[in-house]
Amino acid sequence: MPLLSTIVWLPIIAAVVLAFFPRSAANAIKGAGLVVSLAIFAISLGILPNFTDAPGFQLVEHHAWIPQWGISYSLGVDGISLWLVLLTTLLTPIVLLSSWKAIHKYPKEYVISFLVMEAAMIGFFLAMDLVLFYVFFELTLLPMYLVIGVWGGANRVYAAIKFFLFTITGSLLMLLGIIYVGFKYSEQMPASFAILDLYGVSLAPRVATILFFAFSLAFAIKVPLFPLHTWLPDAHVEAPTGGSIILAAVMLKMGTYGFVRIVLPMFPGASLRWAHLLLTLSVIGILYGALVAWVQPDMKKLVAYSSVSHLGFCVMGLFALNQTSIEGSILQMVNHGLSTGALFLLVGVIYERRHTRLLADYGGLAATMPVYATFFVIAMLSSVGLPGLNGFVGEFLILAGTFQTYPVYAVIAAIGVILAAIYLLWLIQKVFYGPITNEENTKVHDIAWHEVAALVPLVVLMVWIGVHPSTFLRRMSPSVTQLIATVKQEQPGKVMVTENLRARERSARLRDESFAAPRPSGVSPAQHVRHALQHGASIAGGAR
Amino acid sequence: MLNALWLIPAAPFAGFVVNGLFGKRAGKSFVSAVAILGSLLAAIFGTVAVFQYHALYPHGERYVDLVYNWFSSGNVGADVAFQLDPLSVVMLLVVTWVGFLIHVYSVGYMHDDTGYFRYFAYLNLFLSEMLILVLGSSYLVMFVGWEGVGLCSYLLIGFYYKTDYAPAAGTKAFVLNRIGDFGFLIAMFLMFAYFGSVDFARVSQLAAGGGVEPWLLTAICLLLFLGATGKSAQIPLYVWLPDAMAGPTPVSALIHAATMVTAGVYMVARSNVLYRLAPDAMMVVAVIGGATALFAATIALRQWDIKKVLAYSTISQLGFMFIGVGVGAFSAGVFHLVTHAFFKACLFLGSGSVIHAMSGEQDMRSMGGLKTKIPHTYRTFAIATYAIAGLPLASGFFSKDEILASAWATPYFPTVGKIVWALGTIAAFCTAFYMYRLLYLTFDGKFRGTHEQEHHLHESPSSMVVPLWILAILAIFGGLLGLPEIFHAPNFIGSWLAGAVPEIPGAHHLIEIPAGSEWTVMIVSTLIALAGWWVARSMYKDKQLDTDRAIEQRVPGLARAVENKWYVDEFYGATVVGPLKQLSIFFWRIVDGIIDGIAAMLGYIVAGIGDLLRFFQTGNVRNYALMLFAGVVVFIWIFT
Repeated sequence: MPLLSTIVWLPIIAAVVLAFFPRSAANAIKGAGLVVSLAIFAISLGILPNFTDAPGFQLVEHHAWIPQWGISYSLGVDGISLWLVLLTTLLTPIVLLSSWKAIHKYPKEYVISFLVMEAAMIGFFLAMDLVLFYVFFELTLLPMYLVIGVWGGANRVYAAIKFFLFTITGSLLMLLGIIYVGFKYSEQMPASFAILDLYGVSLAPRVATILFFAFSLAFAIKVPLFPLHTWLPDAHVEAPTGGSIILAAVMLKMGTYGFVRIVLPMFPGASLRWAHLLLTLSVIGILYGALVAWVQPDMKKLVAYSSVSHLGFCVMGLFALNQTSIEGSILQMVNHGLSTGALFLLVGVIYERRHTRLLADYGGLAATMPVYATFFVIAMLSSVGLPGLNGFVGEFLILAGTFQTYPVYAVIAAIGVILAAIYLLWLIQKVFYGPITNEENTKVHDIAWHEVAALVPLVVLMVWIGVHPSTFLRRMSPSVTQLIATVKQEQPGKVMVTENLRARERSARLRDESFAAPRPSGVSPAQHVRHALQHGASIAGGAR
Repeated sequence: MLNALWLIPAAPFAGFVVNGLFGKRAGKSFVSAVAILGSLLAAIFGTVAVFQYHALYPHGERYVDLVYNWFSSGNVGADVAFQLDPLSVVMLLVVTWVGFLIHVYSVGYMHDDTGYFRYFAYLNLFLSEMLILVLGSSYLVMFVGWEGVGLCSYLLIGFYYKTDYAPAAGTKAFVLNRIGDFGFLIAMFLMFAYFGSVDFARVSQLAAGGGVEPWLLTAICLLLFLGATGKSAQIPLYVWLPDAMAGPTPVSALIHAATMVTAGVYMVARSNVLYRLAPDAMMVVAVIGGATALFAATIALRQWDIKKVLAYSTISQLGFMFIGVGVGAFSAGVFHLVTHAFFKACLFLGSGSVIHAMSGEQDMRSMGGLKTKIPHTYRTFAIATYAIAGLPLASGFFSKDEILASAWATPYFPTVGKIVWALGTIAAFCTAFYMYRLLYLTFDGKFRGTHEQEHHLHESPSSMVVPLWILAILAIFGGLLGLPEIFHAPNFIGSWLAGAVPEIPGAHHLIEIPAGSEWTVMIVSTLIALAGWWVARSMYKDKQLDTDRAIEQRVPGLARAVENKWYVDEFYGATVVGPLKQLSIFFWRIVDGIIDGIAAMLGYIVAGIGDLLRFFQTGNVRNYALMLFAGVVVFIWIFT
């Protein structure tokens, strides 16, 4: 059974089936959604035993889609996407569970939206074809737009439109870029939109720079990178809890993933030339997001701005471009998904009870909701980067790695570690400590079982990654090594044609390692890769 | 035990988990049994390990117990591994046994508190993290404990979370520690970048191997010391420690006097190879230590909160320890760390006993005359005061004397060394003075509290008194651990720690103090301490608060400045916190607004272009006719 296609299409099939459920059967729909998403998670765990710690895509599935243009339906998973896929499949049931009682309006459409979103996000992380990548990228937009616009807060329509316009502006530029890259490639080689093929496209430096910016803008908006971040706080504040969790935990990672999957290996020369710009914006974002988070009166806005800060670390790690920083960055994408996902979930818990998110309306909650307070403090410590929990390992690797290539950025970014303690402890102090000033806060009941059930897996993973990160790093490491090799072969300023060709051959050989079939003689490596892909040659560790 | 060193921190950690999960429902006797068992097991495991270690490695070699590889990524990686060497042995014994005593004491002290289980869970967690700190075999594992004890400190300072001030004090402590940790982090990044490791032995070996640029070692040492100023409350980051007294008093004794706050001293001693190769950094450590010792002592001269006096005293004594390690007398610094753990823990627990007797009152202006009411507390307190004041033959006398003599005789920076000695000696006078002021205001004179308080006055239960006496005895006789050379007696701690200070090329080894200087310094110190006592006695024993009133009338400005801690908190608020907050609000309100404005403007431009273009496609025939006509006119105009 094609494992990857199963986890992409099962949510869609479930969504279609759910569409025929009667609207009144709200609990049956929620239950079915939860069961399906749990099943998808269980199936997605099946990737792990089949995954070998080797570079390159595994479990590859390949079918022609529009053959005359070289567009294909091809999915595959490598060390970079592996944990992001599992993060997505883990968080969807958690979201459905946590919003069990929160959603009264159109529960059917709510569940369907999240299932479609899950399919699109998984497909995005697994896509090996640039057009497919784009289709899934856009497909995530619509359900999230609806989630914010339908189930959101008072100002939801404004926030939904802002979210949509910001993202679509970037993605349209990216679409132009995709079309250009594809056609440019078809002038040099037989037409293909396979991402691995396009890594080898040769572009004039100026063109490469323009394309670099077209793609980077799309991903920078998604991340969001300073100064393109202003849609995020509005989207988070208005989105329902479930929407915020998925938005922060998974969707923002689509931006960072785009950088690492597309921008760095496809435009290596431009990436190296413009690394300083991206690093500068990341570092500004780290400090700016943290400072602005500190003065927010609204808990959700505080966490939203903290995301700007945390994702600055991720982008910085990617553009520092060494093994340590990139591994840290990918790990931190997962970490942020866990800790910020948990924080949004927790903010949602209290919002459901008190219908306010203002810090000023709280105080002293630790007395009335001790279990809730404990979970909140653990999520806060994970986000603050306390050693022993996940956030520390990610941040440490990013900073220590970045320090080796760009020490100045690393030192400035490390100030963000101090600021994180300031705004998060401030949040804890204002909400949980001090005397109870508002009568309402004496009557709130502590966290419920379904909320605990949603939080426990997140906490377990926080500890696991913090104590034994090797489980996670080991599997991403070969892919990161390969990525760096792909990027580093094109040094800025000394791009020579012969060297370039040799480099491309080298990268093709590296890619070759994931294929077990012996290479037919007389075929160039790059052609062989394509040959193998198009004919579904036997794949190491994967299904046919 | 040696091949399972991880069990030592694991025992109290298990206590934390059990009490954290089940303590609330299980009841107080269960909670105290679990917590005390956790700390006792750590102490027993630790002691067994020390004996085994000493039998196998009599010359103080390093023993490492690797647990597993934590992570390795590129050239950054570290193992979870624990080590024993002479330095960690000293720390291990102090932390576990003092920790155990304070666990026992807490059973009595916290008996009526509703957060009983929470308190013991945190206290066990603290012990576990502190043991990771002292047993870790690399800077990174040490950092795990380093931040971990910071967390416990935060949780325990804010233990009385229903108040306003306690959580604020906890946050302040954590944030200031984080500023220090920033330095610690960058130091580790430098080690990874240039040495490829953060393992203690590896880093020392590479640093001592030669060929290392001096700036690198200086930078690493200064950044590590920045971390130490946070954790060990030195200038400029000391301001959190006085506020930390908001926590329960046994916590102040354990965390904020005896163990955690000395971690910075331990770290500098641990890094002695690096420091000895970077004498500039050592000088900074010694000068900051001297300055802090004196500065904090001046503030302690005029405080009325019994715990605040002890808090500033702790900052000042930590300054002494940094003088020791800063001038190159690493074993002297650690010796003072040990004796300080004894007498300061005794003093804090004694103050806790006083506060307990006074039904929660901490202001000395409401005390007085407690000598007869709580005799055991008084006697142990007086003994510990004698020790901290540096009066002859008690523990503080020997350790402080060794530090001051080393500062006088330091070969690294002889002139600055004399200045540091002077700072320390003046601070020593202040120490004797403020400690005896505290003793007389609390235990002599007449009772100044309310009738109700007087009615409730009682000696503490034996679970509190016994630890007091044990610590008081240690405070007196602890000095025997490190007798000076001129006494022609063995210096146990000095020769024991010599193994932790290896001989390296290009740096001094142990400090040789000429007998003449030793005698001079000792006599001066003794006279100074006696003078401090005598002045305090004449000013406070009979006159009590009248003296403080008189001072206020004589020099009101100075008195108020000292009373308000030289306005350092206010200064930081006005120069750092306030502006930063303004900047953040500016970013949020103005910069974000401008960005949104630009985005909206782009939207309007698009919409405007659309409107403009729409004019050409209205579907209105007359418009098209107008266009046609205009086009013809333009066409004719161009071509004629």
